[in-house]
This record gives sequence, C-alpha cells and structure tokens, in this order.
Amino acid sequence: MADSNGQKGFAPKRVPSYDELLNCIRCGLCLSVCPTYRQAGTETNSPRGRVALIRAAAEGKLELSPNFVDHMYRCLNCMACAAVCPSGVEAHEIIVDARIEIDNKLPQPAIKNWIFEGLVPSPGRMEAAVWPLRLYQRSGLRWLAEHTGVLNLLPYNLGKTAQMPPTLPMSPLRQRLPEVTPARGERRYRVGFFLGCAQSLLFAESSAATVRVLSRNGAEVVTPKGAVCCGMPAMAYGDLDSALRLARQNIDLFERTGVDAIVTDCATCGESGKHYREWLKHDPAYAEKAETYSSRFRDISEFLTEIPLDDRLGEVKAKVTYHDPCHLVRGQGVSAQPRQLLQGIPGVELVEMKEADWCCGGAGTYAMTHYEMSMGILDRKMENAAATGAEVIASGCPVCQMQLAYGVKRAGLPAQVTHPIALLDKAYENRDR
Amino acid sequence: MFEQSTLAELARIVGTANLLTSQEDLACYGFDATPRLGHWPDAVAKPGSTDEISQILQLANRAGFKVVPRGAGTNLSGGSVPIQGGLVVQMNRLNRILEIDTENLTALVEPGVVTSDLHSAVESIGLFYPPDPGSMTVSTMGGNVAENAGGLRGLKYGVTRDYVMGLEVVLPTGEVINTGGKTVKNVTGYDLTRLMVGSEGTLGIITKILARLIPKPEAKKTMLVYYRSLNDAAETVSSIIAHRIIPPTLEFLDNVTVRCVEQYIHAGLPLEMEAILLIEMDGPASVVEEDGDRVVQVCRQHNAAEIQVSKSAEDSLRLAAGRRAALPALARIKPTMVLEDATVPRSQVAAMVRRVQRIAETHDLLIGTFGHAGDGNLHPTIVCDERDHDEMARVEKAVDEIFRAALELGGTLSGEHGIGLSKAPFMTMELKDSGMKATLAIKRALDPNNVLNPGKMYIDDYAAGRKATKDVLSPVS
Amino acid sequence: MKTEIVERLRRIVGEEWVLTTPEDLVCYGYDASYLQDRPWVVVLPSSAQEISEILKLANQEQLPIVARGTGTGMSGGSIPDQASIVLSVTRMSRIEEIDLVNLVAVVEPGVITADLQAEVEELGLFYPPDPASLKQSTLGGNVAEGAGGPRCLKYGTTKDYVLGLEVVLPTGEVIRTGGKLMKDVTGYNLTQLFVGSEGTLGVITEIILRLIPKPETKRTAMAIFPRLEDATQTVTNLLGAGILPSTIEIMDTTTIRVVEEYLKMGLPVEAGAILIVEVDGREEAILPEIEQVGRVCENSGASEVKVATTAEGCEALWKARRAVSPALGRLAPAKQGEDIAVPRSAIPEMVRRIGEISKKYDLVIPVFGHAGDGNLHPNLLFDTRDHEMMERVHQAASEIFGAAIELGGTLSGEHGIGLVKQPYIARRLSPPVLELMQRIKATFDPNGILNPGKMIYPEQS
Repeated sequence: MADSNGQKGFAPKRVPSYDELLNCIRCGLCLSVCPTYRQAGTETNSPRGRVALIRAAAEGKLELSPNFVDHMYRCLNCMACAAVCPSGVEAHEIIVDARIEIDNKLPQPAIKNWIFEGLVPSPGRMEAAVWPLRLYQRSGLRWLAEHTGVLNLLPYNLGKTAQMPPTLPMSPLRQRLPEVTPARGERRYRVGFFLGCAQSLLFAESSAATVRVLSRNGAEVVTPKGAVCCGMPAMAYGDLDSALRLARQNIDLFERTGVDAIVTDCATCGESGKHYREWLKHDPAYAEKAETYSSRFRDISEFLTEIPLDDRLGEVKAKVTYHDPCHLVRGQGVSAQPRQLLQGIPGVELVEMKEADWCCGGAGTYAMTHYEMSMGILDRKMENAAATGAEVIASGCPVCQMQLAYGVKRAGLPAQVTHPIALLDKAYENRDR
Repeated sequence: MFEQSTLAELARIVGTANLLTSQEDLACYGFDATPRLGHWPDAVAKPGSTDEISQILQLANRAGFKVVPRGAGTNLSGGSVPIQGGLVVQMNRLNRILEIDTENLTALVEPGVVTSDLHSAVESIGLFYPPDPGSMTVSTMGGNVAENAGGLRGLKYGVTRDYVMGLEVVLPTGEVINTGGKTVKNVTGYDLTRLMVGSEGTLGIITKILARLIPKPEAKKTMLVYYRSLNDAAETVSSIIAHRIIPPTLEFLDNVTVRCVEQYIHAGLPLEMEAILLIEMDGPASVVEEDGDRVVQVCRQHNAAEIQVSKSAEDSLRLAAGRRAALPALARIKPTMVLEDATVPRSQVAAMVRRVQRIAETHDLLIGTFGHAGDGNLHPTIVCDERDHDEMARVEKAVDEIFRAALELGGTLSGEHGIGLSKAPFMTMELKDSGMKATLAIKRALDPNNVLNPGKMYIDDYAAGRKATKDVLSPVS
Repeated sequence: MKTEIVERLRRIVGEEWVLTTPEDLVCYGYDASYLQDRPWVVVLPSSAQEISEILKLANQEQLPIVARGTGTGMSGGSIPDQASIVLSVTRMSRIEEIDLVNLVAVVEPGVITADLQAEVEELGLFYPPDPASLKQSTLGGNVAEGAGGPRCLKYGTTKDYVLGLEVVLPTGEVIRTGGKLMKDVTGYNLTQLFVGSEGTLGVITEIILRLIPKPETKRTAMAIFPRLEDATQTVTNLLGAGILPSTIEIMDTTTIRVVEEYLKMGLPVEAGAILIVEVDGREEAILPEIEQVGRVCENSGASEVKVATTAEGCEALWKARRAVSPALGRLAPAKQGEDIAVPRSAIPEMVRRIGEISKKYDLVIPVFGHAGDGNLHPNLLFDTRDHEMMERVHQAASEIFGAAIELGGTLSGEHGIGLVKQPYIARRLSPPVLELMQRIKATFDPNGILNPGKMIYPEQS
C-alpha cells in the first residue's frame, strides 16, 4: 500500500506513509484510551493493532480482504489514541488513509457512490431524503413500531437505529433561516454561520438558538443557502474526491460573503472546516484559500468566549454535565470554552463526569454500521453520566446528542440532552421574560 | 556412619582441628531450640571457606552421606537437627562482615555473622538492618536467611527476604553460584535469591549474603497499652492500620502471657488485663510525634484501660522489656515449651486468639499467646512437661487444632520459624498435593541425590508416599 | 489435526474467543520490543479452569503456548512463533477484592495496573510499582516480568508486593502460593519464583497484592549539575543525610539536548546531568525534607536547584522527564530502550562508558533512568531498514551489556530478558546458574510448552 500511486485523489499525503507506520513503537499506551479496544477486548480492535494491520498490508503480508476492510471501519476516528501517543503517531489519520486506499483499490458498493456523489452534495436532495423518517415519526408509526417490534424485521441494524434520531423539526432550518440575520443592537461583527446538515435537519431549534445568541451579542449572521456538507462523512468513508469537492465548494461560497469569522455549532463541521487547509494543501489552486478559510473557522463556544459576552443572563436551574465531542476536544482542542459558557449561566451547576472526553460511540454513522460495539461504548458513557446525577447532558455535536439521547432512553435516565448554546439561549430568554 | 576414608577426606578438606567426631561433640550438634527433638550426627565439620563447603558437598554426592548445615542452632522447627545422621556443617567460622558499602547501602556478610552484630555495625554509621528475630543476639545471618526470619519490626519493614539482595550459595551438587547483586532491581533470570531464602538448608548452603540496608529512622516512640477486653485490643490493631499508620511494631500479649511475664520480671504489670499491646513507631521526629498522638486517640476510642508512652530511649527499652521477656517467662513455668508460629490475616487475630483459648480449655492446657499482631504472626505457646505422657498427648492434639484453626482462618502454618520437622505433618493441609508436587520437583531439580538436609519439610515422606513422621514430639536420639 | 485442535480450543473458551484470521494473528504477534511474528492461533480464556484445560491440551499435543497480557513488554517475552498458541489473559480483568483490614488486593491477571492504583487510591491506599506502561500494562504481565518503575528506590518493585498467586502449571495443574499474609515461610517461596519468570513456568491466574497507606503528599526538586559525577554523588549524599526519596531520576547531556530540541523549554544543553528528586510522606515531614534535598544538591555541586512547594510546581518540574519518551520517539523510526542496572556508585562510570560506545559506533545514545536504584535506560535509536546501522546497534548493545556486567550490574533491571536480551544472558549468569534455571524449567514444564526457548536458553537465540 505504501508504494501505491493510486492518484484518484491527488493529495500524495493521503497514502499511508511507511515511515509513519514505523514510528509506532507499539508501547500500547493507546490501548488505555481506545473505546473499541476497551469494549471488544481484542488487540485487533485497538489503534496499535490497526496500525500493525496497515503495516502488514503495506509490506504485502496481508491482503485487503473484506475482514481487513471491516477492521479499518471499526475505528471510531475519535482520535483518543493520537492524543496520548508518545511517538506522535496519528493512527486515526493512518486509518483514514487506509480507507482512501481501499476506496481507490477496491470496487465500492453502489449505495456509497449514490450517497456521497448524489445525495450529500445537494442539501435539497438530502432534505427530501429524510421525509420518510419525518413521516414515520409524526404519523404514529413510530409508536407502533417501537411497541410492536416490527422494526426488528428491517435489515442490518436499521431497525434499532431508526429509533435513534430525535423527533425531526417540521422543516429543516436551512429553509427557514434568512441569508442574513441582523445583529440585535449595534453590529459589532459580521460572521458566517456554517449550518451543518445534521443541525439543520435534526436539530433545527438548537441552531436557531445559536443564531439568536450570536445576534444578541452584536453579530450580523450570514447563512449562505448554498453551503454544502462539510465533507467529513465522505472523508471518513475514504471518498477523498467527494470530500475535497465539497470543501472547495464551501470555500468558494464563504469567500464571497466577506465575513470576519465563520462559526459553526457542529463539532464535526468545525473539525473539517479547520482542516481544509491540510486537506487541500497540495492543491495549488486552493491551498491559500483553504488556509484563509480554516484560519477564520471557529466553534461557537470559541467565538463566544473570545468576545465580551452579554452577561445579562436569566437563571436556568439545572445540574449539568458536559460530554466532550471528539471533534471538539481532540479535533479542535476545544474543551474549556463550552464549560466556561455553561458555568457562566446562573443556576447551572456543572458536574464533571468521569471520562467526559471519551467517545460516546456515535461517530457519524457508526451506531448504524456497528450497533453492538457502539451500544457497548454508549453504555459506559451512560454509566459515567448517570453517576453525576445530572439532569442535563450538554454536548456541542449533533451525532453525540443523538447518541446520548438514545443512551438516556436505553438506560431510562431522567436526563435531557442538549447543546450548550441552547442552554445559554434559554438563559437569555429567561432574562427577557 | 562414615567410612574411615571418608572421614580422612573430610579432615583433609577442613583440617583435622575442624572435624569433630567425639561423642561429646556429636551430642552438642544434635539439637536446636525445638523442644524434645534430637538426633546425633555422625560427624561435625567446621569449614573455613566456600571452596571447602563445595568440596564437602561433592564428596557427599560421591560417598553418599547426608549434610545438614547449621548456624547457631536457635531454630524453632527442627530445621537443623540431623534427623538422618550424617555430617553437620557448622558455619560459625565464616563470621566476617566483609563490607559495608555506604554508597550502595549494602552489607556483604558471611553466614556465621550474628544478626545483632550486624545491627550494631551498621547502626553505628547511621544505617539500619531491620529484621530482628527474637533470637537476634545469638542467631546467625545464614540461619536467618535460610529460615527467612521475621521479628518484631516486620509490619513496617518486612522480613529477612526483603533485605537479601544477593547470595553466594553452594548447591547440593557442589557448584558455587552467585545470585542477585548490588543492583536494587534485577530481573535477569529466575529469582533464585528468593528461592534460596527460606529454603531451610534443603536447596543449598549459603556462603555469602549481600544484605540491603536503609537509613536509620530519626526518632522512635514506644507505648504500652492495656485492655480489659481482647476484642478491644484486636480492634485497636485494625483501627491503627485503617488510620493509615503502619508502626514497625504492634505486639500483642494475652493474659496468660502477662501473668507469666509479671511473675518473672515483676514490672508491675496489671494482671487483670485481657491483653496488652506494645506499639512502637519510628521515622522523622515530627511524624512520630503526631502519629503517636493519633495512636493514643485510637487506643482510647477502643477502651484502652491504660496507656504508657515512652519519654526517652531508656523508657522505650523498659516498656519493651515485658514483650522481650515473654518467651523466657513462659519457659520458666514448666520444663517444656511448645512454641507455635501460626500466622493469620491481620483481620483474624482476635478470632485466632479466641480459638487458641478454647483449644487450651478443651485440652486442659496452659497456652500463652503473644506475638506480632500487626502482621498476624502469633506465637501460641504451650507450656508443658515432656515427662507427662498424658499431657503431651493432649499437647499434640492441641497443636493439630491450632494449625487447623490457622488454615481455616486463611492463615499459614508458619510465619517465621519454618517447617523443618515439627510442622512437616501439616504441610499437605496447606500446600495440597499440587503444592507439594512443585516443592518436591524443585528439591529434586537442585538436589538429585538428596544429600542436603534430608527428611525436612515433609519432602521425603511425600515422595515416598508416607505420612509425615508423627513422633516429632517424642525424644529422638 | 490442526483444525481438530482449534475445535477443541473453541469448546474450551467458546467460539468467539479463538481467533484465527490473518488480521487477528498479526495483532497478537508483537509487543513493545522491535520484534514481531505471527502466531498460529490466539485464545482468550476467561478462567483458571479454561487455562488449565488449554494447557493440558497443549501439553498432550506438545503445542507451544505464549501467555500475553496487553503486549507492552520491552524484551519480546510475549512474541510467539508461527507454531505457537497465544494465550491472552486480558479478559480476566476483575479486581476481586480490596481488603481494607489486611491491606491486600486480590486481582485477576488482566487488570490494568493504573486501574488498580486508581481504585485503591480512592480508598487512601497505595500500590507503589509504577512501570512506565502502567496505563496499559496488566498486573499479570507486571508480575511475570517483575516490573519496576521510578518509585522503586523507596518502595521496591512488583516482587515486593506479591503475597500470593494462583498459577496454572504447564501440565495444567492449578496451584496456590502464599496468601493474605505478611509473613509466610511454609515451604519454598514459589510465589517469588513465579514473579519475573516471564511466562516460562506457569500462567498466573490470580494475584494477591500487598497495599500500603497512600503517602499524604509529595514534593519535587530539580537540580542541574555541570558535572555528571556530582549528580550521582548527590544520590549517595541524599541517602547519607537520611533521606529516602521515592524517586531520583537522572537525565544525561544527550537526553537533555534531545528533550530541549523537542520542548524548547530552556533546558541547559551544556549541563552534565539533571536530577529530579521526589520525596513523599506526611506533609509536616516532607516540607523540611524537600528543602533539605535542595541544600544537599547545592552542596554537592548543583549549579541550579528548583524546589517546588505546590502540586502544580511539582508537575512543571517533571515536564522535562516526561517528555523524554515522546522526544526520542520522534527522533528515529525505532528504538530499543535498554534496561541495565548497575550499583548506584557505578552510575558515572557506566554513563561515561556509554558515551564512549556511542562515539565508537556513531550512534546517538541518550541515557536516562532511575538514578536512585541504578537502573539506567540507554536508548538505542535506529531504523530497522538500515542493515549496516543495525549491525552497529547490536554491537553497541553488546558492549553496553558487557560494561554493565563488569561494573557489577545486570542486563535487566525491570524489562526482563525475553528474546531481546537472551543472546547476552550467559554473560551475566554463570553456567551452573543457567543450568540450574534450566533444570527448574524442565521440572515444571517437562514438555517445554510454555514460552519455549526464551530467557534462559542462550544457545537457542
């Protein structure tokens, strides 16, 4: 694999480098933080194991067999291993490289192409695609399904995971939100809002709250209608071409808006937005633009802690615990900021849960593709959350929120899952009342 | 009995002056401190070097005689009794402290060095060798290592095993090996050092010991605490530990022992007390002071009737005198003393003392129990008269029941005295068949001709499929 | 025949816990040394009973078995060959009991060392052995290797904390040794024979560990010495002053330079050595003690001494030492952290000789480690693809071992012999000693099925 010159995606960096593989000294420190290893208990499900597999493949000692591919997709890409690695090995990157290599070398299922090349690039088509789910939830079918077990008849784990998404908003936020939301009071900033697909489709209210909070703090919020998926799902599935195409589209789009900063309330969109500079650094036409784009990108909690925040907050009485999304804590190094915002809300008692920065098992579509593993990891998370006695679990990532809400339901916890900014918005609302 | 030629060969090896064969000499090397146990050797050799010992063992393998190493003969389990005759190898000519290395904190000694001599030598330069078996003024370092001797300070400082960094050993087949070394850490190969420690002279003759030393604690404080209830005393012990204080010494004396001690030293000990604790603390002065206060509080909380605290070094000695006198005091009551060494987990000390008291009542015996409550190492001591056959039969039953009680409570036959002969009959009770098999396998691997200290630790009897010699309490000679 | 054995293994441990795919085999063929191979099959049993059945089967069929924890060993002790069954104990990871009165913990072998430490520290207790791998290594592995760590100067190594074991012998018999007892002299000390036996004498299935009260607090000092000799003399001077630090770590010039290049924290790259000294115990005792440590360092030739009086300050002083591994990891594709131990007093001479060896073979060899107990980690940095370099590395390693032995030291203080140091073991252990160890091995393992050919068989390497 190392000597591959599969140049379908043209970034040469994206081929697993043999030197990087050798840098793994196999000390095993990553085992201590890898959720899939802790769950499955076998070395093959560990970062060290996956790197060894890729190395063996690179040395021609393993084939890219279905089993090999499966192991590459068992990684949550939570980056916990990279954060502790003494040799600086980024196993999650190496694994994505391997997925790209798989995408290049092996025929991919038709549905994958349909999703990443047909559905994802078009917000309209994606919005249409979730209509059956909305219908299912709103028509009473959901109640029927959950109470009759009819879902178990569906293939794969779709049966179980159909219960996961929250009740969908009547319409996606993208369709409702104006291109420009004026600042409340004096306009102090002009910010672009990167509205993620999942936020728009599943957590519209939460992103509406984000825009209200921005506006209240003097930001004129620009939400370009033409924004497309950030590209992370395609990248995670090894479809480098699609990922880069989406990145370029977003870069071009926001370049035209002339905003000071681009803010998102989705951990994953933030992670990819900030990494476009690496994604595109070998593309002469986009390297510089990507650099500018990434340098302007902020998670909402970063942005709000960098500006003087309107501190006229009402009370929100709640015991809150915070779950770190992987794409925030390790992807962007953001963990203090959301906590700082939460602690600033009168009435909020913030209690830390054990292993707050451990992956919840959501990881994009992981819960659908690897249901058992995902649930095992979720159970561990729920145990830690339950131990705090918190009534609210806050987390700034739609997938985490979805997963955590499902976990709360599974565990029968009396807790609510929300976005930290939604709590902040509520505090402003309570003040206004 | 030795062939003349073998004796001549032995004389050649150690020198005529160092080979003893007279009846008087043989009578003196046929026993140790274990009651009523004895068997004359056929000869006694006093080698002056490792090489001589090596030659003796090579000769033993060729000529087929048995060899029993012996230090000061203070053993309490019959480990140095030449039960099958043969040659006693008396180690006391090898009695030099070869080196005290103040940089690496080690002492290199020959096996015949008396334990307390090493204590004085190292303490005079601010260092400390913690193991302090009751016999330390007589016993030798070689014997301490062979038996893995304990002592009063074991709770905080551990036992002899924890202070042996390396050994020179002559294997039963005569090869000389060195184990361990001056490095604090060493994982090169199997840990032969610790295999040899406590092997009771059955796996090799120790010819040099590299002992670990530590800095001498700055200050020390002693307390004597009296209890009307045994349970209160036992609970105090657990409670002190639960307060995360580990005193080097936490000694216990029961009422029988207290009475005997008082009769002996007239120190004014209160006879109505069910138990006395002797507690010693050491370390930095400030810590000793503060911990001392905390311990006093704990004792009070557990209904201590009286607490005496040392104010000076002499005070300390005075308070500890009662405990050091326990053994001689008991020994004076009647001619024979059967000193046991059963050890239980700390949490079971009170239960064990009660069991012993019940056993004493059942068999109408006088049993004083004292010992190291902190590490669960108790010494139930039966005072009796070996001429009274009826009493001795009851003693035998009581001993059996004491061992059973200890094992039932999760304990062991011996905490520090060793198995030797006197506990051999009980070995399978604890080690089970699989453990004995492993023991035998090791013995055979090291001593294929079974020349070294035969008949001990139930190994030979087990190999032969026999019950252990049950007449350990009857005179042998 | 082979499929039949796999079937029997599946019946013993359950279908799911016998791994045979090439992917699984790759992942059980390495440890933290630079060696690797691929086993024949991997089993993950869940009880002593299952292990006993596996060993009986292996003994009967003469199949080599390699026991494995999390595979973090540094000496290749758990590297299988292609005929071997790897037996992983990671599923046996329960802390069975923490006994507050007797101060012992009873654990299964797959418990992660740091997990036990966290658990007992919450109860105010302390399990001192702290190998660098403590977050990922298992207690079973620690016991099998006799693992050490920086705190050993004061607290001793894993050996000093094992009170009892349950072990499955190579013949499948299950034996128990020791107990919850501080003193126990009944029979041979089998417990300590198994500790450090590197999986060659039995498979450990339960461990009784001694705990101690947790030291109330700790304080750190860092001292910079222009001359290496002064740094090592300081160790002696500290002990001479009646101070028994929990840790004395040393970094030589090369290490300081490497760390400085990585961290850019302003370390003095000209210094001969840095010492980091930690004392622990009761607050009232150690505050004056750490001040005294500072004075002793100054009087022994330190050019600069920093004493931390707060927990954060202590952490800051440790920063450089903790950065050593990452810094080295980024310097070369592979490294072999050697693990020699020498008498404390021989440290300067040892470091000097390593310097010479480094020049002679044109290799960068940083030296750091536990000065208090003489356990040094000269790290050989290399690239396994460079054959000429590997030749120099092997020669340098050989000379380092030679020097350590000459100075009264040993090949391994805490990593074990395994395969990596096997070629050198005869230089440390005399023929009768080796022969004796081989006899013990043969006694326990007549068919030579457990970790065969490792550690004590230099001729097989």
